[in-house]
Amino acid sequence: MTRRVIDWWEHRTGIETAVKSFMLEDIPASAGWHQVFGSVALFLFMTQAFTGIMLAFNYAPTPGEAYNSLKFIVTELTGGSLIRGLHHWGASMMIVVVVLHLCQVFLYGAYKRPREATWMVGVVLLLMTLAFGLTGYLLPWDNRAYWGTVVTTQIAGSAPVAGPYLTRLLGGHDGVGVVTFARFYALHVTLLPPLTLLLIGIHVYLVRKHGVAPAPNDVAPKKRFYPEQVFKDTVATFVAFVILFTLAVAAKVPLERLADPTDTSYIPRPEWYFLFLFQTLKFFNGPLEVVGSVVLPTLAGLALLLTPFIDRGIMKRVRERTVAMGVLAFVVIGWSGLTAAAVITTPKQAEVSVLDESAPADWQTFTPQELAGLGYYRQENCKVCHGPGVAKQIGPDLASLKNRKTPAWMIAHFKHPQELVPGSPMPPVNLPGSALNALTSFLLKWNTANKKVFDEAPQTAVEGAMLYHKNSCGACHQVNGAGQKMGPALNGTTKRHTKQWIEDHFANPQKLSPGTPMPPYKFNEREMAALVDYLGTLPEAQ
Amino acid sequence: MEELQSQDRRAFHIAFIYGLWAVITGALTIPAFVYLLFPPKAKTASAWVEAGDVTQLRPGTPEEMVFRRTRVDGWKVTSEKSTAWVVKLPDSKVVAYSPQCTHLGCAYHWDESNKNFLCPCHTSIFALDGTVISGPAPRPLDRFQVKVEGPKLLIGELERSEPS
Repeated sequence: MTRRVIDWWEHRTGIETAVKSFMLEDIPASAGWHQVFGSVALFLFMTQAFTGIMLAFNYAPTPGEAYNSLKFIVTELTGGSLIRGLHHWGASMMIVVVVLHLCQVFLYGAYKRPREATWMVGVVLLLMTLAFGLTGYLLPWDNRAYWGTVVTTQIAGSAPVAGPYLTRLLGGHDGVGVVTFARFYALHVTLLPPLTLLLIGIHVYLVRKHGVAPAPNDVAPKKRFYPEQVFKDTVATFVAFVILFTLAVAAKVPLERLADPTDTSYIPRPEWYFLFLFQTLKFFNGPLEVVGSVVLPTLAGLALLLTPFIDRGIMKRVRERTVAMGVLAFVVIGWSGLTAAAVITTPKQAEVSVLDESAPADWQTFTPQELAGLGYYRQENCKVCHGPGVAKQIGPDLASLKNRKTPAWMIAHFKHPQELVPGSPMPPVNLPGSALNALTSFLLKWNTANKKVFDEAPQTAVEGAMLYHKNSCGACHQVNGAGQKMGPALNGTTKRHTKQWIEDHFANPQKLSPGTPMPPYKFNEREMAALVDYLGTLPEAQ
Repeated sequence: MEELQSQDRRAFHIAFIYGLWAVITGALTIPAFVYLLFPPKAKTASAWVEAGDVTQLRPGTPEEMVFRRTRVDGWKVTSEKSTAWVVKLPDSKVVAYSPQCTHLGCAYHWDESNKNFLCPCHTSIFALDGTVISGPAPRPLDRFQVKVEGPKLLIGELERSEPS
């Protein structure tokens, strides 16, 4: 049965002959375990494509949305963090394996005539892999991604002559924002994969055309690719896959806070495989910086690309290639040294707790403005995204935030959230200035110690505080030590006067306190009840 | 003898190639299926939304109440305006109907003169208790879960009615 199906297809497409001639290709007798890396790299590329497509099924490629959808993938979808882990670690593994492949070919001198083109296509494939890493880095749109990309685009912009054009191409002339994001996404998903696939095709074709490079003087009869070498490639691939899977399961992939361009405390660092470049940059200052950022990397890339034309000697056995070994050892030591130096000198991310110790512990001791702020927090339903007690935390938990913004930042952010945090899903808070001030002062005092005030403060008292704040009672009165002393301090008012007296006094102050400068206030029943309730909750001793 | 050994080696290699690739394929495709087919975890438990004051309801006179409910759509939580026709039935039980006709989803309204709900699209007519009196509607009006706390009416999930 199977035979008949295969024959049917063979007759129409020639697929069986094609597969057979591919698998049964002659390879030199000297081929072996050292030549498995190319296959592993190809496997990792296909895994990246697969997990990338899986991620794309649940990913919204715009700033902010990108972050939220990735968070959704990682926290709410079964297997989501595994898929993301595979894609994240797969990128690193890919770099490692591609570089190992390069080192093997370099060490064995397999780039020599007639395999120069194979080598050069391979070097371009290495650059492709790095480009994947660079563009993919931005896509989570968290702080790490954002700041890492800020540095990348700045470096690209510092290139002589091409700098400004590169910056424009990367959409970075106005800082990293929606345009840069779109460019990086398009590169990562629409341009690089087909281009890489094409180059892989050419690379494999060239390998087949010239045959696997034999050791010098390898005169033993040739052997077949299948099954012995395929077995070796498969075992190597499997080992790589086990490592990748273990990393994806066991090692946590960071997803930091949503990208915040105003976060001046953030210390950006590139992905580990770019750290050596990052460190190189530190040796060059001022006008020389371009040497480290552009000139040296370009020269190194060119040297790599042109290796077959620099080393044109005849094929020698590996053990006799001492110069190549020396060069490789030098590069490995240099790379390791630079990377280690970069790791060591990375300062710890500043995580200073600026918990406001002076913040009151109970809602009764909040100032009217702060309590009114709580009222606006409730009224605007900030809770839906920021908590406390939401099943789906969309915005940051504002009570637990370690680093607080300045009041000016907060107010600007309330009015136009996206101007300060591009891509933030937060809607603008349409409240008058005094209400925003109240909200700000509440958020500055709200912390992990008094988080409970949100649930504890009764709504009538909070509404009373909002009325108190809206009518600027604090311009004459003091409550909990805040406000002016023109009129009497209001803590303890309800102990000194009856509810009826207070209500009458609001309506006609002159009647009960002759000569008082207090103007009459007309409140409706509900407002009056809220204000009296609020005054009743104030602690007596102030 | 040597020939036989080489045959064994070959079989061993081939078995390993198929076996390892099967493991790799399984380890990639099974999580992918789970990832694509399993519903998202921990949706917010049906939140009750305050819709209005039931003390102002007169028995037998439906009132359209407007409320805001949050809807979880993947990674997005949207707050949207919804309405419900709230009725205090003669036995003073309170029910809330979805504002859409069960026929093709048109918005129906309360016909005060005939004391029933009338859908303007294909003239489906529903009684006060939601049952179909006439017209093409296949089933009674869908109801929201309701809860009365003091004077407040809380509205929960929408429940699809059974065909009559």
